[in-house]
Amino acid sequence: MPLPFVLTPNYLSLASQIAITALFALSLDLILGYAGIVSLGHAAFFGLGAYTAGIISTYGWGEPLSGLVIGAAVAGLVGYGASFVIAHFRHLALIMITLGMGLLLHEAANSASWLTGGADGLQGVNIWPLFGAFKFDLWGRTAYVYSLVVLFLIFLAARRLIHSPFGLSLRGIRENPLRMPAIGAPSRAHLREIYTIAAVIAGVAGALLAQTTSTVSLEVLSFQRSADVLVVLILGGAGRLYGGILGAIIYMVARDQFSGVNPQYWYFWIGLLLVAVVIFLPNGILGGLARLRATWRRAAS
Amino acid sequence: MLGPIVGVLFDGLAYGMLLFLLSVGLSVTLGMMNFINLAHLSFGMLGGYVTVTLMDGLGWPFLATLPVAFVAGAVASLVLERVLFRRAYRASDLDQCLLTIGIVFMSVAAAAYIYGTVQQPVQLPSYLTGSVTFLSVNFALYRLFLIATALVITGVLVAALEWTRFGAQVRAAVDNQRMARGLGISVDGVFAIAFALGSGLAGLGGALAIAMVGLDPAFAFAYLVYVLIVVSVGGLGTIWGSFVAATLLGISDMAGKYYIPELGSFLIYLVMVGLLMWRPAGLFGRR
Amino acid sequence: MRTRRALWGSLAAAMLVVGSAHAQGTIKVGVILPYSGQFADTATQMDNAIKLYMKQKGDTVAGKKIELIRKDSGGVAPDVAKRLAQELIVRDKVDLLAGFILTPNTLAVGPVSAEAKKFMVVMNAATAIITTRSPYMARASVTIPQLTETFGTWARKSGIRKVYTMVSDFGPGHDAEQSFQRGFKEAGGEVIGSVRFPLANPDFSAFIQRAKDLNPEAIFIFVPGGVQPAVIGKALAERGVDPKKTRVLGMGELTEDEARKSMGDASLGIITVYHYDHNHDSPMNRAFVKAFNAEYGGRNPNIYSIGGYDGMHLIYEALRKTGGNTDAEAMVAAAKGMRWESPRGPVSIDPETRDIVQTVYIRRVEKVGGQLLNVEFDKIENVKDPFKARMKK
Repeated sequence: MPLPFVLTPNYLSLASQIAITALFALSLDLILGYAGIVSLGHAAFFGLGAYTAGIISTYGWGEPLSGLVIGAAVAGLVGYGASFVIAHFRHLALIMITLGMGLLLHEAANSASWLTGGADGLQGVNIWPLFGAFKFDLWGRTAYVYSLVVLFLIFLAARRLIHSPFGLSLRGIRENPLRMPAIGAPSRAHLREIYTIAAVIAGVAGALLAQTTSTVSLEVLSFQRSADVLVVLILGGAGRLYGGILGAIIYMVARDQFSGVNPQYWYFWIGLLLVAVVIFLPNGILGGLARLRATWRRAAS
Repeated sequence: MLGPIVGVLFDGLAYGMLLFLLSVGLSVTLGMMNFINLAHLSFGMLGGYVTVTLMDGLGWPFLATLPVAFVAGAVASLVLERVLFRRAYRASDLDQCLLTIGIVFMSVAAAAYIYGTVQQPVQLPSYLTGSVTFLSVNFALYRLFLIATALVITGVLVAALEWTRFGAQVRAAVDNQRMARGLGISVDGVFAIAFALGSGLAGLGGALAIAMVGLDPAFAFAYLVYVLIVVSVGGLGTIWGSFVAATLLGISDMAGKYYIPELGSFLIYLVMVGLLMWRPAGLFGRR
Repeated sequence: MRTRRALWGSLAAAMLVVGSAHAQGTIKVGVILPYSGQFADTATQMDNAIKLYMKQKGDTVAGKKIELIRKDSGGVAPDVAKRLAQELIVRDKVDLLAGFILTPNTLAVGPVSAEAKKFMVVMNAATAIITTRSPYMARASVTIPQLTETFGTWARKSGIRKVYTMVSDFGPGHDAEQSFQRGFKEAGGEVIGSVRFPLANPDFSAFIQRAKDLNPEAIFIFVPGGVQPAVIGKALAERGVDPKKTRVLGMGELTEDEARKSMGDASLGIITVYHYDHNHDSPMNRAFVKAFNAEYGGRNPNIYSIGGYDGMHLIYEALRKTGGNTDAEAMVAAAKGMRWESPRGPVSIDPETRDIVQTVYIRRVEKVGGQLLNVEFDKIENVKDPFKARMKK
């Protein structure tokens, strides 16, 4: 962990945003990779966490850790409510309902500009130094350590969850999504629980973004953000827990490098990257690597 | 009092017809082969840019460019299908999403590179501009043209589906793919042609859209949400579904904005969520 | 073995030193613009003007070479813009920040400029409060109240008594609505109704019909540039709103080049307010437009271009005054009160607010020599930003 400090002190801001994206992708993996719920509106919980953490700081309470918890709680509460609807639907209807709910929340936030600052973004966000001592500074040091530690802790918790009896009952869709109904799809109650947990984690990621950048704007709730995190997860490989982290690193580094070289047309190369990954590495990068490993093993034996 | 709302509904119908043309191809493709083609509107965008190039660069009249826009969309999809999509039919839903999103990115960047990021103006021939007044309601000529074109195309599609052999094959492939194969129908061939037709219609829709909603490289993304709404509300693999859903959405969007403008975009999303909760497979969908 | 390691070590150290050292005599300017995404065209127009300025005036000022480092914000993304600004300062070691088209991004970068003490030139973003975000920020473009409040006052004075306002439902739209209504009402006018349409609105029929139902004397419209101006212009014609009977008032975006071309004759008679049009009749502007056309395939400059052009001028002149010293305090002091003749007309930087003071033009779309153009027929000079002026009181 200290290595990046030494090697790349100038990339800490990017690193913290990668960590936040990875955490967000991890939360999506829990519902997509493990419970088979495809959501195009997951940014709703990210945005709820971000706005909550931001708004309470504008009202005078800027302590980061408690802000994080409150943001996560709000996201989780809304997620719990939404889960009652989500658990009833599948396939395209589910995708579009999640999309619709995400878009509705985005509209609501735009209308409630007295609360959210509307299209100009939330103004007056003031986050206190972490533990009273570490200010969120220009170099991004505090932000980096903060995001990384939170990601690490939640990742450990998620791993424990996946290997618990509850997690096993969710059945990863690792190899083949068609297999799921055959081995017994998870019960509605279990779906609601995992959806709520995923909402909480997405809320944490959002709150982290608000706190480390001291900005919140409507795009945290946007379709763009929901689509981006889906791309990141599929790129890394869903249902493998590490996929979100890998996908986040690759996507954001690629984006950063491509747009540095060619600010106007970099997304052409990103598109090409995505197409190449699908053709040559189905099931994401981790999926492709797993298959490679299996082939080697077979060749070796 | 009736006058104004009739005008608004008429405009909503025209908008709905545009959405229909842009969506019908996707509905049939999704229903038949379960292939999620998020790049569907890239063909639409292609059609639009073809029209602009022919009109601005070569001085073609507007109406003459429309069949070319259709053909461009169809040919592009045939090429893409053969080269790329075919390899992804067995892939997971998510991978198909990723593949086609990658293509959207590439097409948007290519459009920006070739045509620039500026909005493309198009000057309609004089017989399509302006409006006629009938019973003190204004009917825009271009929208009349759009509605007429869409109705004719719908008629042709439905007739082809009901009364031609190809149509029967399409219906069979949508209903039960395995059975259709078993009966000796070349499902892959049928699909390729249906895919081309659908993409051609998207191209035509893109060309027709310029005069109504404009054209710039962001088109492929911007209208994707609306098209997905039409397809999911209407049901997969059905022409009527897309038609009814598009009309419903176009008109309710307009009416909502006329009577309760504060609701703005809320209404269309609420209607969609509500309809899907009531009928998850879409209004005319199966399963 | 040890000598080899020592050699490698010293080579690496030398490279580090060379790499991180600021090449003597270079001034680095970090440019943050939405090069990709839906606002890409505005960035293209601005970037082109920046390049043109540097081509015309050379890339050396006060004995130092100007180097631009461009970063893409991708659209509205304040967290990305903020990170890019931080990276430009920390990683690329820029001396100045420039660009800035979108308000949320600009508001997010302000505190970075303040904390890192870097001179920041805003070349477009038009929300009034932006310049309060950093004491080292100057704006070379325009503020919305500068245009719309002035327009409201002018509209009343030109004889219009009742107006209906229609704006897009987002920050700049709300600003425009409030400041236009304020200017209009303070001059004695009456606002008979208003509506806000969703930002991504594809079809305006319903809203226009509502306006028409009230039979207003005038309609004020604000939509962002891009596809919407042409769409709403045509919708006005289709719903039977005749600019010769019902006065259509708008911000300059409504009648920009592509919009006029799409609307055709339906745009005749639309009155707009803006701070720059390529049709402005001054020798300096004619030369500017000619150069721009020649360099960029016949395309005309627009407000994004003039913001970039004048922004670069501000940077160059400030550097000349400070003798190449890029210290933020020095640059801001040099910028305050600066006056110059721009292709748009006379401009200056207000020493109190560090914001631009300029002439606001009222134009009407007319057919000149077979072409549809924005013809200036009235102007208000030396307009300061009224919003911040009120903030002081």
